[in-house]
Amino acid sequence: MTDTISFKLNGKPTRLNVDGNRLLLWVLRTDLGLTGPKFGCGQGHCGCCTVLVNNVALRSCLVAVSSVKDKEVVTIEGLEQDGKLHPVQKAFMAHDALQCGFCIPGQVLNAVSLLHKNPQPTREQIVQGMNNNFCRCGAHTRILDAIQSAAAEMQGGPAQ
Amino acid sequence: MNTNDYLALNFKDIKDYSDLYPQSRRDFLKRLGGGIIVCVVMSEFVAAQAQESRRFRGFGRGLPSDFNAFLRIGEDGRVTGYTGKIEMGQGPITSLPQMLAEELDAPLDTVDIVMGDTDLCPWDMGTFGSMTTRMFGPALQAAAAEAKVVLLELAAESLKVPQAQLAAKDGSIFDKENPERRVSYGQLTQGKKIERHIGGKPALKDPSQFTVVGKPELHRDGRAKVTGAAHYAGDLRLPGMLYAKILRPPAHDATLKSVDTAPAKKIPGVQVVQTDNLIAVLHEFPDVAEDALAQIKAEFDVPEAKVDDKNIFDYLLSVAPPADVLTSDGDLEAGRKLAVKTVEATYLDGYVAHSAMETHTALAQIEDGKATVWASTQNPFGAQGEIARALGFPAEKVRVITPFVGGGFGGKTYNQQAVEAAQLAKMTGKPVQVMWSREEEFFYDTFQPAAIVKISSGVDASGKMAFWDYDVYYAGDRGSQQFYTIPNHRTSGHGRGWQGPEHPFRTGAWRAPGNNTNTFARESHVDQMAAAAGMDPVEFRLNNLSDARMVRVLKTAAETFGWTPAKAPSKRGYGVACGIDAGTYVAAIAEVAVDAHTGAVQVKRVACAQNMGLVVNPEGAKIQMEGCITMGMGYALTEEIHFKGRKVLDTNYDTYEIPRYTWVPKMDTVILDARNHPPQGGGEPAIVVMGAVIANAIHDATGARLCQLPMTPDRVKAAIRKV
Repeated sequence: MTDTISFKLNGKPTRLNVDGNRLLLWVLRTDLGLTGPKFGCGQGHCGCCTVLVNNVALRSCLVAVSSVKDKEVVTIEGLEQDGKLHPVQKAFMAHDALQCGFCIPGQVLNAVSLLHKNPQPTREQIVQGMNNNFCRCGAHTRILDAIQSAAAEMQGGPAQ
Repeated sequence: MNTNDYLALNFKDIKDYSDLYPQSRRDFLKRLGGGIIVCVVMSEFVAAQAQESRRFRGFGRGLPSDFNAFLRIGEDGRVTGYTGKIEMGQGPITSLPQMLAEELDAPLDTVDIVMGDTDLCPWDMGTFGSMTTRMFGPALQAAAAEAKVVLLELAAESLKVPQAQLAAKDGSIFDKENPERRVSYGQLTQGKKIERHIGGKPALKDPSQFTVVGKPELHRDGRAKVTGAAHYAGDLRLPGMLYAKILRPPAHDATLKSVDTAPAKKIPGVQVVQTDNLIAVLHEFPDVAEDALAQIKAEFDVPEAKVDDKNIFDYLLSVAPPADVLTSDGDLEAGRKLAVKTVEATYLDGYVAHSAMETHTALAQIEDGKATVWASTQNPFGAQGEIARALGFPAEKVRVITPFVGGGFGGKTYNQQAVEAAQLAKMTGKPVQVMWSREEEFFYDTFQPAAIVKISSGVDASGKMAFWDYDVYYAGDRGSQQFYTIPNHRTSGHGRGWQGPEHPFRTGAWRAPGNNTNTFARESHVDQMAAAAGMDPVEFRLNNLSDARMVRVLKTAAETFGWTPAKAPSKRGYGVACGIDAGTYVAAIAEVAVDAHTGAVQVKRVACAQNMGLVVNPEGAKIQMEGCITMGMGYALTEEIHFKGRKVLDTNYDTYEIPRYTWVPKMDTVILDARNHPPQGGGEPAIVVMGAVIANAIHDATGARLCQLPMTPDRVKAAIRKV
């Protein structure tokens, strides 16, 4: 059954004629060509498919595309603003907080969501907030450092 | 033993790929434009290296006598290196250009690298065994050195200055007596087409002159990976392409009894392919293909299960092949007489999944009789051969292109998904993408094999190891050879390493294959011997080591950690372990906290020291150490495949737990300055010590000795109860 679903995608109004029950992940990756959100497990365990919906990190492999109707969706492709990387993206690069990179779009967006909710998290709050995003290469410790440093920068303080 | 050697132990099973490089050199070079092109005949190069360094021995076998590593300096002055190696997070996309820039005296940002494309890159065995830097690197450096010879010849002509008076810097050649007189590489190559072909051993720069190699560089692919611009095989789309989902059996030995594909065919846009051994549904959307697959009604006969994850060790021992003695010295019986304490133990290790975040994925297109396959693979040339055989195409009619690979760890040296995509593309006449589900990934993974190690050993009255009798079953010999000074010892291997036919499913290379099991057994056992001798475990090791490199890494790890001697169990929760992998020496010391009620183990900190010879990118090398420590906690504490017969019970991360943020300890990594030694492996070594260092720390905390990996809470509780 085809539905018409309107939402904002990476800042742009988007209108789709699509079966509303289809999973957001596959609609983004195929119909919309946004391959930043990755398939990792298909059951919401790993976080590779994370996108932001109204600034909150969401597992796009678990939700129907109809659930984002009238909402604002941001994928990793839409995080850069006016050619400027988000402080979290910059911090991941500066800390070399990545290896194979496959989980990184989800890690970055989950961190952005975390800092949106809690702009000054403690290290332990970052650990807990990131705990359901998996990384097999073992970049965890650098990702934690990167998020801490991005938090400081977004607060106007010096990057740690 | 000479532990400096990297024995070609793990490549015994690689088939002769001689049918896979039919491209003539002429064809190959035609594709490139003008400039300077340098080729290396890998077999001759390896032979020349092997005369000086034993670590290259054994690698000549099976290498093509065609050219291999090479580079090109284009007419724009840009340098391009071509390599059959691939980038899967381990960093050669950053470190190989560093090696090229260094040897060529070219600015790093003018150096590009093309990786893993079978049409563009010279043949390569595959990206595994921590070989990129230590085996491919020298060939690339040799090509760069040769290119510089050519540039100097051209410059001498162009500047009318004798070659001896010229020097290279920053992509230019200049007159040492008049540095204003200079000519850039781009100017020198303009309008030229010069081809050089080397097989021997050219003069390379002395490491003391290095300015680029040895300097930390951020990952080159960082920006692409934080913006989503980095493309993996599953991110590629072609016009008209279909996503395929394939019907899978519930167990590896199941046979299809009946199947009804009619309900799937009713879904609009779904195409069903059915042959004797492949049933697939295809659709322009992967999720619709998946829904269609669920509509297929299939019944399988599944034979009765004989083995499971509990009885597998007894089974494997009952069918174990006889021992091959790998190394021995002295007289074991004489050693037994010298011993005042003997220690005997059996160590077990389960099947472990690779579990890269990216599942096996490939996109295949066949046009005008030529297949192009974009695959997540560690082994593009191997994939080319597998695909060619499956399609009945000559190898030159198959091109494999490797985009970014989302983790491999040994699991992507097998390319079943690429073969499936290619077969389906041939059958449908359309481009086809196959992206395995997580369940398929667990089902078809080539697990680290379950393995058993039995050790009998003794210490004499002075705390010296008197004898050591070591039998390894199924883990293979990598890391089995001990490096302590033991007068009477024997090391025996049973079975064909990590690919024995006795296992209920496919097994294969898992990051530092075999060495995780062997080092777990050896270093746990050495700790038990230290305890029997009543000695501090670091002191006991130093008392039995004469290998200066190992002594240095162990002392460095101990200093970094702040080790103070105590007999275990000291209740502090401190453990130590040493290992050698891929030519690199590593020692780690860990502190753990054990919850005696739940059996949960928290690793609080790890100090790790490593001697890996010359380091190309120190930052990249540290990242690999951190990755090894983090990933290694998984096989140590939770990771183990559950199965019944040939059915894999773990299908996703709900039952298969990999390390996560709450596990991460404080890490102190130290890379010793050993720049005058050739570079050794970096992607694997530090993972080998993680099982033993945690087991030994658990023992130090609780007095409980864990002899089976993974050390799950239940096993820890059970071991504590026995204390």
